[in-house]
Amino acid sequence: MNTYKKLLAATALAMLTGGLMAGGAAAKTLVFCSEAAPGGFDPALYTGGETLDATGQAVFNKLVEFKPGTSEVEPALADSWTISDDGLEYTFKLHPGVKFQTTSYFTPSRELNADDVVFSFERQKEGSPWAKYVDGASYEYFEGMDFPKLIKSVEKVDDLTVKVTLTKPNAPMLANLAMDFSSIVSKEYADKLMADKTPGKFNEQPVGTGPFQFVDYQLNTAIRYEANPDYYKGKVKLDSLIFAVTPDAAVRVQKLKAGECQLTIYPDPADVEGLKADTNLNVIQEEGLNVSTLAYNTTQAPFDKPEVRKALNQAIDKKAIVDAVYLGQGTPAINPIPPTMWSYNKSIKDDEYNPEAAKAALEKAGVKDLSMKIWAMPVARPYMPNGRRTAELIQSDFAKVGVKAEIVTFDWQEYLKQASDPKHDGAVIIGWTGDNGDPDNFLATLLSCQAVGTSNRAAWCNQEFTDLINKAAVVSDPAERTKLYEEAQVVFKREAPWATLAHSLVTTAMTKNVSGYVPSPLGVHNFASVDVAE
Amino acid sequence: MFRYIASRVLLLIPTFIGISFVAFIFIRLLPGDPVIALAGERGMTPERHQLLMDQFGFNRPIWEQYFSFLWGVFHGDFGTSIASKRPVLADFRALFPATLELSICAMLFAVIIGIPAGIFAAVKRGSIFDQLSMGIALVGYSMPIFWWGILLIILFAGILHWTPVSGRMDLIYFFKPTTGFMLIDSLISGGKGAFKSAVSHLILPTIVLGTIPLAVIARQTRSAMLEVLGEDYVRTARAKGLEPKRVIGVHALRNAMIPVITTIGLQMGLLMAGAILTETIFSWPGIGKWMIDAISRRDYVVVQGGLMLVALIVMVVNLIVDLLYAVINPRIRVK
Repeated sequence: MNTYKKLLAATALAMLTGGLMAGGAAAKTLVFCSEAAPGGFDPALYTGGETLDATGQAVFNKLVEFKPGTSEVEPALADSWTISDDGLEYTFKLHPGVKFQTTSYFTPSRELNADDVVFSFERQKEGSPWAKYVDGASYEYFEGMDFPKLIKSVEKVDDLTVKVTLTKPNAPMLANLAMDFSSIVSKEYADKLMADKTPGKFNEQPVGTGPFQFVDYQLNTAIRYEANPDYYKGKVKLDSLIFAVTPDAAVRVQKLKAGECQLTIYPDPADVEGLKADTNLNVIQEEGLNVSTLAYNTTQAPFDKPEVRKALNQAIDKKAIVDAVYLGQGTPAINPIPPTMWSYNKSIKDDEYNPEAAKAALEKAGVKDLSMKIWAMPVARPYMPNGRRTAELIQSDFAKVGVKAEIVTFDWQEYLKQASDPKHDGAVIIGWTGDNGDPDNFLATLLSCQAVGTSNRAAWCNQEFTDLINKAAVVSDPAERTKLYEEAQVVFKREAPWATLAHSLVTTAMTKNVSGYVPSPLGVHNFASVDVAE
Repeated sequence: MFRYIASRVLLLIPTFIGISFVAFIFIRLLPGDPVIALAGERGMTPERHQLLMDQFGFNRPIWEQYFSFLWGVFHGDFGTSIASKRPVLADFRALFPATLELSICAMLFAVIIGIPAGIFAAVKRGSIFDQLSMGIALVGYSMPIFWWGILLIILFAGILHWTPVSGRMDLIYFFKPTTGFMLIDSLISGGKGAFKSAVSHLILPTIVLGTIPLAVIARQTRSAMLEVLGEDYVRTARAKGLEPKRVIGVHALRNAMIPVITTIGLQMGLLMAGAILTETIFSWPGIGKWMIDAISRRDYVVVQGGLMLVALIVMVVNLIVDLLYAVINPRIRVK
């Protein structure tokens, strides 16, 4: 074949495939300017929100899911469930007739059944053939939520019944099962890929039961989905969904204004006023399930004394931080859990900002000429827009009460690693966005004795607090749990391992023709209920 | 000639080993490790951390890790990213054309405007044009890329709507990349509209990335030209009564271009640094942003593999240039 003919053939082929694909672009399309590219397409392998949005939220379903806009659990792939009296056995009845997505790369031959549910959890265990199906595979959420120890077995009772047996009662279990790492995947698809010796495709071309099915991913550029015509809740209103990867916050705002995307998240706080003023846009602001804190190293003198920590808390002007760092888009935090979370203890009073009283309390505690380190987060997070600026404000607050603070910072990975080490020096600015809306996900994860050395950056081990939290995790009565968590918050406030700084508002901006978007307090983004007017 | 080629090719071997060592060791000198990044704020128990470090092979003796990396590279296996679990080579292949396309356009922009502006400024030395253009060049050189990029976006995309904000192509066009160069791919697969879209998406990033090289080239051309214009042979040419156009265009310019070409070569290397920022601002899916993300996640495999691939390309290009020199200039091959 001569060069000319080759070129002609290539052009024809490219036009054919290009044409076909372009023809697939449908009428109602939502372009979402996302903040980062997904790691891959297996929701269990990643912990980053950008990947969970692109997988668990778009392509997959869970047995139970969070009711849109809340952290309440509602039925999803499981129509109903029963919990044994001892709290150890969860029996789920699956929704009949749920179809897996039919895509260009896989056509399912059967509907969802108990085998898929069993496989979705079993595959994440060490020793399963799927534990290392791609190089570097590790199921960090499965590990982090303690599933290997917590789950004794996941068994098929019949085609539409699954029994999950736990090793000990765990009240947050249902909420955990609503998280994206608990997404139900197709065993048939997995088996086919294994037989074809291409298991890696499981992380490249997902097959789920969710509202959107995967079409294409251009690396670090865009993800394309189309509506799943067989979606068990009925086809969604959008015909297609595109994630346009746009890492820079200012550029996301410009793209939205120029109409290059219809919805975006996490604008810079400084841009929010401008967005609100734009008559072509709608801006939704919601209290996020998050908290930012200054965690004292409670194993280090003089921060091992609660009276010293409380005195320092009185020196911090939180309102000034909310105004200057969050630009008003947040509220000063009193408790370690946000006010929108159930069991939030409303009766607790915050340590009043009072530099004079702080000074006196420090003197009374015998603290003189204190020099300390404040750790400034090097990255912006939804709960903390600017770690450096916050550290500077706290530094000047502390100077007013005679405490000399030196600001230190590290690269983010190093920051997390060193701050986890109970031997670190000083107080760390850090925070948290809830994964599942359960108070356990804040209180046990961030403050219990068992989290010292990992996510308990205050290295605070208070037996009274931990006993309350651990007890609350095993009782199933919501009223009793609420009481235990309220008590735990009292202990927290009395002992003050942290200065609770703020809860931020989470901003979503969209063009006026977008309707039906419900922001999630859990920091994920779901487009199943969205419509776009033409 | 054969001996010359052989010596050049042989020289690649120590260069290659040296670069592989630097690429391997560079990221490991930074504090932190790739495993801790997997868990985020949640953190990881020291036991789990050890387990994963073992599984990924980062606890093996450093020389063993290095040789296994080299062995992989010799077999075309650059490893798999710890963060994304995708092969480094596949990601590089997908992303490199975007960086190359942008760099070439930025350099063309800088050369096409910079050289004539420099010549003109030298010829009209002291004129308003000279002062203005060199003033602008200085401003361009001092402009922080990030700020300059956002400024252009707000003006041309936000207010005037002349260009798109970011990306490589309007999302309504959707075709599988053939070459990875959007200008070519859009022509062969997406038709006229797609090509226009690809061009319009290139304008702002090209200007932003090309501004610093443009300033450097314009100033270098001006000073080289001024020097040459003062040479005796130029005065002689003028005295002979040659047309000014011929004196400048043929006699002066050819000699003035020697340092300018060297500058262009050096700027090509520096483009990489600018590309990282430009790629972030314009959501440009190139290797600059990819490498920076990998460094911040301590994704050892991507950093060492990516650096190695870039270095390999530079080595091969240098080899070709060396060989071309020899073809053009016989003195080199005799030496």
